[in-house]
Amino acid sequence: MPFYVSPEQQMRDKANYAQQGVARGRSCVALQYADGILMVAPNASKALHKISELYDKIAFAAVGRYNEYENLRKAGVTYADITGYQFDRNDVTARGIANYYAQVLGQIFIESNKPYEVELVVAEVGDEPEADQIYRITFDGSVSDESGYVAFGGDAGKVSAVLKEHYSEGMTLAEAFGTATGALSVLNAPASPASSAQGSAGNGDRQELTAGQLEVAILDRSREHRKFRRIRAARLEELLAEARATGEAPPASEPPPGEPGPGEPGPGEPGTSAAGTPGTSAAPSAEAGPGETPAGEPGTGEDPQS
Amino acid sequence: MAVKGSPEFLGRETSSFTDFLAAYAPDLLPGGGLRTTGVMRGSAAAGVIDSLPHATTLVAAICERGVVLTGDRRATAGSMISKRDVEKVFRSDEYSAIGMAGTASVGLDFVRLFQVELEHYEKMEGRPLSLEGKANRLATMIRGNLMAAMQGLIVVPLFAGYEEETGQGRIFSYDVAGGPYEEHRFYSIGSGSVFARGAMKKLYADDMSVRDTVLACVQSLYDAADDDSATGGPDMTRRIFPVIATVTEDGYRRMSDAESEEYARQVVESRMSTPDGPTAPLRNSN
Repeated sequence: MPFYVSPEQQMRDKANYAQQGVARGRSCVALQYADGILMVAPNASKALHKISELYDKIAFAAVGRYNEYENLRKAGVTYADITGYQFDRNDVTARGIANYYAQVLGQIFIESNKPYEVELVVAEVGDEPEADQIYRITFDGSVSDESGYVAFGGDAGKVSAVLKEHYSEGMTLAEAFGTATGALSVLNAPASPASSAQGSAGNGDRQELTAGQLEVAILDRSREHRKFRRIRAARLEELLAEARATGEAPPASEPPPGEPGPGEPGPGEPGTSAAGTPGTSAAPSAEAGPGETPAGEPGTGEDPQS
Repeated sequence: MAVKGSPEFLGRETSSFTDFLAAYAPDLLPGGGLRTTGVMRGSAAAGVIDSLPHATTLVAAICERGVVLTGDRRATAGSMISKRDVEKVFRSDEYSAIGMAGTASVGLDFVRLFQVELEHYEKMEGRPLSLEGKANRLATMIRGNLMAAMQGLIVVPLFAGYEEETGQGRIFSYDVAGGPYEEHRFYSIGSGSVFARGAMKKLYADDMSVRDTVLACVQSLYDAADDDSATGGPDMTRRIFPVIATVTEDGYRRMSDAESEEYARQVVESRMSTPDGPTAPLRNSN
């Protein structure tokens, strides 16, 4: 161990480490639709969940290191249950939980040797679409307020770009599901990772995700009391079929006008930050909500309070 | 990892909300404040406790494809009726119901805690507790209240649930120190339970339909109210009727006021001609 490490260096190293950890995984998607909020994550396991219920109208979705976000999930459930018990069920809000997570993650980032390699989304469904909330919390405790849709983890920038193209307000569940899986399957393109931009562009044979590879859940406005519901097995197959039938899955990410050089973001692709190497396309700051300082490079010390 | 300033929400070992509460905020537990301070019976404080409203008579009965749980609506403080429309029967989760007898406020606290306990476990573990597991958890919670109960804050539940695996309803009773005791067919607790149980003995039959089982329960509640001053009968003038809940494969369902009224009216009208209620044949016809 060196005798002295500057705080900037330390923070930058930690941020780098955490960002890479998050980018290594698979992306997850949350988006609003007419009757609630849909969350989709690639997940082959039936038992280990990335998407879970926190409270009556509030759900949790995470990417990154499983045991770390499991810990956070349980802490969130505890926080929610104790707030609801002490006060009232209506006093538990996604905002409160998101702030709690921001506090915990911020502390872990600063004080512990190893930051949590996680990125969380806390979503709350309201009585009307205007009342829906989606918060994203990054490894260092930054919170952003997302509207409409959010992709996080893995190569979030890419997924987000597809979402942006095909998302619209007031979609049906099948439409939203189609949009989500279409965006996620962008990552399944059988291209070598090193030429991501080039390889997937123009490749129409994206591998479609099957029911067994997906974890899907919704916060359904119309349900009583507990709005969270997992969609699996037969219901998931139905939904996949419906999504394929209504407007087919969004077309392959269209080849940008000039074929981009390897490793460089093409002109048509919004948002991937400067350093084009996949995996460190600073996923958290790509399509970020207002509050984030855009990271010029991955790992530049981001202000944890932004 | 212990993070300074962050409460013990991280790194939880148990999925029990009650255990967590006991460590994190014990005074939030029902009757929690009383654990640390001692209250002598006969002291001025004990007089306060005696004046707290008490809740009474609950009847549960197993029916054709589930279980019925009913309760009266009266709360008394001493000889005064302190509330006419108390709810004593609650949904504890999708497939179970709980009724509380004893000190009303502590009972309500218990119900809330139990509801959160079950939901908390389900969220933490990703699956609901088995019916026996729920019954056992409740017993532990009641035992935890023993100190307070000894000082007058008595709470005794009646727990009923539907078991998906067997398609049967089950009833569990408790005493002040815990339990659970599984009851078959039917059971009643509270100050009027003696009378209610006597009535059910003559009215109840196995595998009755939900409707018939509910009617039997409402009849026995009426009999309990007839003989116990602390149990309220149907209030036809104010339209306050016993709470009737069923737990079947369709889950917990609390009957609407209109439905309860229908049963209550049926019972009251029949009593106009036979005030002591339906009679049982003296000899079994062979």
